Amino acid sequence: MRCRRWAARPQPSREKVGSHEKRHTRCRFFFVWIAQVIVDILLQQVINGLVQGSVYALVALGYTMVYGILGLINFAHGEVVMIGAMIALTVLKALLAAAFAPVLAVLLSLLAAMAVCMALGYSIERIAYRPLRNAPRLAPLITAIGVSIVLQNLAMMIWGREYHSFPLPFNSVSHQFGGAIVNDVQIGIVVVALIIMLGLMWLVHRTRMGRAMRAVAENPSAAALMGVDINRVISVTFMLGSALAAIAGFMVSANYGIVHYYMGFMLGLKAFTAAVLGGIGNLRGAMLGGVLLGLIESLGAGYIGDLTGGFLGSNYQDVFAFFVLIAVLIFRPSGLLGEKLSERA
Amino acid sequence: MLIKRFLLLVAFGSALAGCGKNETASTSASDELVVKIGAAGPLTGPQAHIGKDNENGTRMAIDDANAKGVMIGSKKARFELLSEDDQTDPKTATIVAQKLVDDHVNGVIGHLNSGTSIPASAIYFKNGIPQISPSATAVKFTAQGYNTAFRVMTNDAQQGKALGEFATKVLGLKNFAVIDDRTAYGQGLADEFVKAAEANGAKIIAREYTTDKSVDFTSVLTSIKGKQPDLLFFGGMDPQGVPMIKQLRALGMKTQFMMGDGGYTPKLIELAGDAVEGTYASLPGVPLDNMPSGRDFAKRYEARFHQPIQLYAPYCYDAVNVMIAAMQKAGSAEPAKYLPEIGKVELSGVTSKITFDAKGDIKGGAVTVYQVHQGKWNAVQTMGGAPAAKP
Repeated sequence: MRCRRWAARPQPSREKVGSHEKRHTRCRFFFVWIAQVIVDILLQQVINGLVQGSVYALVALGYTMVYGILGLINFAHGEVVMIGAMIALTVLKALLAAAFAPVLAVLLSLLAAMAVCMALGYSIERIAYRPLRNAPRLAPLITAIGVSIVLQNLAMMIWGREYHSFPLPFNSVSHQFGGAIVNDVQIGIVVVALIIMLGLMWLVHRTRMGRAMRAVAENPSAAALMGVDINRVISVTFMLGSALAAIAGFMVSANYGIVHYYMGFMLGLKAFTAAVLGGIGNLRGAMLGGVLLGLIESLGAGYIGDLTGGFLGSNYQDVFAFFVLIAVLIFRPSGLLGEKLSERA
Repeated sequence: MLIKRFLLLVAFGSALAGCGKNETASTSASDELVVKIGAAGPLTGPQAHIGKDNENGTRMAIDDANAKGVMIGSKKARFELLSEDDQTDPKTATIVAQKLVDDHVNGVIGHLNSGTSIPASAIYFKNGIPQISPSATAVKFTAQGYNTAFRVMTNDAQQGKALGEFATKVLGLKNFAVIDDRTAYGQGLADEFVKAAEANGAKIIAREYTTDKSVDFTSVLTSIKGKQPDLLFFGGMDPQGVPMIKQLRALGMKTQFMMGDGGYTPKLIELAGDAVEGTYASLPGVPLDNMPSGRDFAKRYEARFHQPIQLYAPYCYDAVNVMIAAMQKAGSAEPAKYLPEIGKVELSGVTSKITFDAKGDIKGGAVTVYQVHQGKWNAVQTMGGAPAAKP
C-alpha cells in the first residue's frame, strides 16, 4: 500500500517512460530499505541490551555468590558499586591532574577502586554480618539495609550531592556495526565482563579456594569438619564480589559519564532481580539472568509502545522486566537455573 | 578529609545547640518576634543538588532580612529557617509538611517539585499555612482552590506553550519526538508542549516515557531513531537530561534536543560535555543577567556558598521576600493575618516583578528560551510576557 503510494508519486518526465519492471525494482528496493531500518534498530536494541545486561550480570554475581554461601541477600552490594565508581573517579582525576599516561591512569584507578571495595566488602562482612551469622535470618537482612543507608550517606558527605562527570581520558570512538552504532566503551564492557565471568567460573571450579567455596555453600558445618576455614572462605567471597562491583561501577561511570552517590540503588535492585531471575545462588544463573534482564528491558522499552499501539508506553519498561520475573518465578520458583532451595538450608 | 568534615559537623552541631539557647533567651524578650520559615525540597536523592540550591536561596533571603533588621508591627523580627528533606517523594512530602505544621512555621517556601508540592499543599491549606513554591510548575498546584498556595514561577501551560511555539514558529520544525519522566512536572510540561506544537501544525511522531531515576535511555532513543524526528523534547530534570543527550549523540542522531526549566543548569553543560552543544532549554522570566540585581545576586551567592547558582535559588530568594513583605503589610506574622496580603504584594524581585493573579499564579510570566553555544547558555528569545524584550 505504502509502496504503491510511493510509486504513484509525481515523477520527473524522464521517469514516466520507465517500464513497469523498473518501477518494480524501485518498489522492491524500498521494501528492502524499510526492512533494513527495522533490522538495524533491532540490532541496536540487542546491542543496548547486551551492554546493559553485562553490567547487571557482573553486579548480580556479587549477590548470588554471597547468597550461595551465606543464604544472605547483601543489600549493600549496590552501594559498593557506587563506592567503586566514586573511588575510581577520585583517583582518576588525581592521576590525570598529575599528568599520568591515560591508559596507566585508567588501570591504576580501576585497581584502586577494586582494592578499596575489597577492603570495604571485607569490613562489611566482618562488622555487620559475621556477628549475626547464627541469628535469625531477618537480622542480617536488616543490617544489610542499614549498611546500605550508611554507605549512601557517607558517600553523600564525602563526595557531595551533585553529579560528577567521569573524566574518561580518551575519546570513545563509535563504530558502525551493521546498521548499529557501538562505541569503544561499550565493546570494552561486554568483552571485560565476558573475560571476568570466564575467570570466575575457572576460579570456582578449578582452584582450591573455589572448591572450598563450593563446599561451604553445600554444607558449612561439614566443610568446617573437613578442615575448611569458613571465615576465610566467606571473607574471600565478599572480597571477590566487591571487586566485581568495583569493576561494574567503573564500567557504568565510563558508559554514562556521570557519577552520583545515589547511582548504586537502582542498579543494585536490578542486579538483584537479575540474580533471582537466573536462580539466586547459581553463578551461571546470575550471568544468564543479567544478560536476559538487559535484553528484556531494552527490547521491551523499544517495542512495547509500537506493539500495543501506544496503549502501553516505555514507562512500563521496569514493569515489563518485573512481569517476566514474576512469570519465571511462578513456573520455576527457584529461577531459570536455580537449584532446589529446599535441599539447601 | 573525613576527620575535617567530622570536626565541621561537630562545630555545626554545637553552633546549632547555641542557636537553640539563643532562641529561648530571645523569645522571652518581648520586643523580638521569632518568625519560622519552613523550607522543603529534596536534600537527598538524584535531585539533591537542586534541593540544596533552593535551601541556599531561602537561607540567603533570611540572613539578609535578619542583617537588615525587619520590623513587623512594632516588633523587630528575627527569621529562622527550618529545612526539611522531602526526597522528591510525594508520600514523604506530606510527612514533612505535617512536621513543619507541627513545628508552628509561619510560612513555607517549597516544595521544589510539582509532584511533592501538590500533595503537601493540602496539608498547608488545612492548617492555614501560606506556601510559596519557587519552582512547582504543574498547572494543578494552584488550581485546587487552596488560597494558601502561591508560586513565583510561570506554570507548565505558559512554559510548554512558549516552547512549543518556539520549536514550530521560530525553529520551523515539524516532526517531534517527546519523552517525559512521568512526574507531575515532566508529564505536565510535555503535554503542554505537545498541545502547543500540534496547534501550530507540528506532528508528534513518537511519545515515549521514562522515570526520574533512570540513567539508561538507549532503547527508547533507538526506537525514536527509527522514526527520524527533527526535534526531541524531554520533560524532566537534568539528572536524566545529561545521560539522554550523551546517549542521543552516541547513537549518531543529529536530532535537536530541547528541555524545559529542569534542563537549564550549569551542571547540564558541565556533565554532558560536547554532546550538549545546541541544546535548548527554557527558564521563566527574563535572563538573570538582564535584571538590575541579578548579577549582583549571583555574585553574592557564589561568594557565600562557593558554587554557582544551580537553578531556582533566586526564585526562593524572591519567595521569602514576598512573604516578608506581606507580613510587614499586615503588621503580623500570624498566618491567618498576613495570608490575605500575599495576593496583594507587588515586589520587584531578583527574578522579575512579582504580582499574583486570583489563583496564586504569577502574573504575565515571560519565558526565555536558551541554547548552549560554545559551552555556555545563551538567551535566544524571550516568549510571551508583557515586556517581550529581546535580549
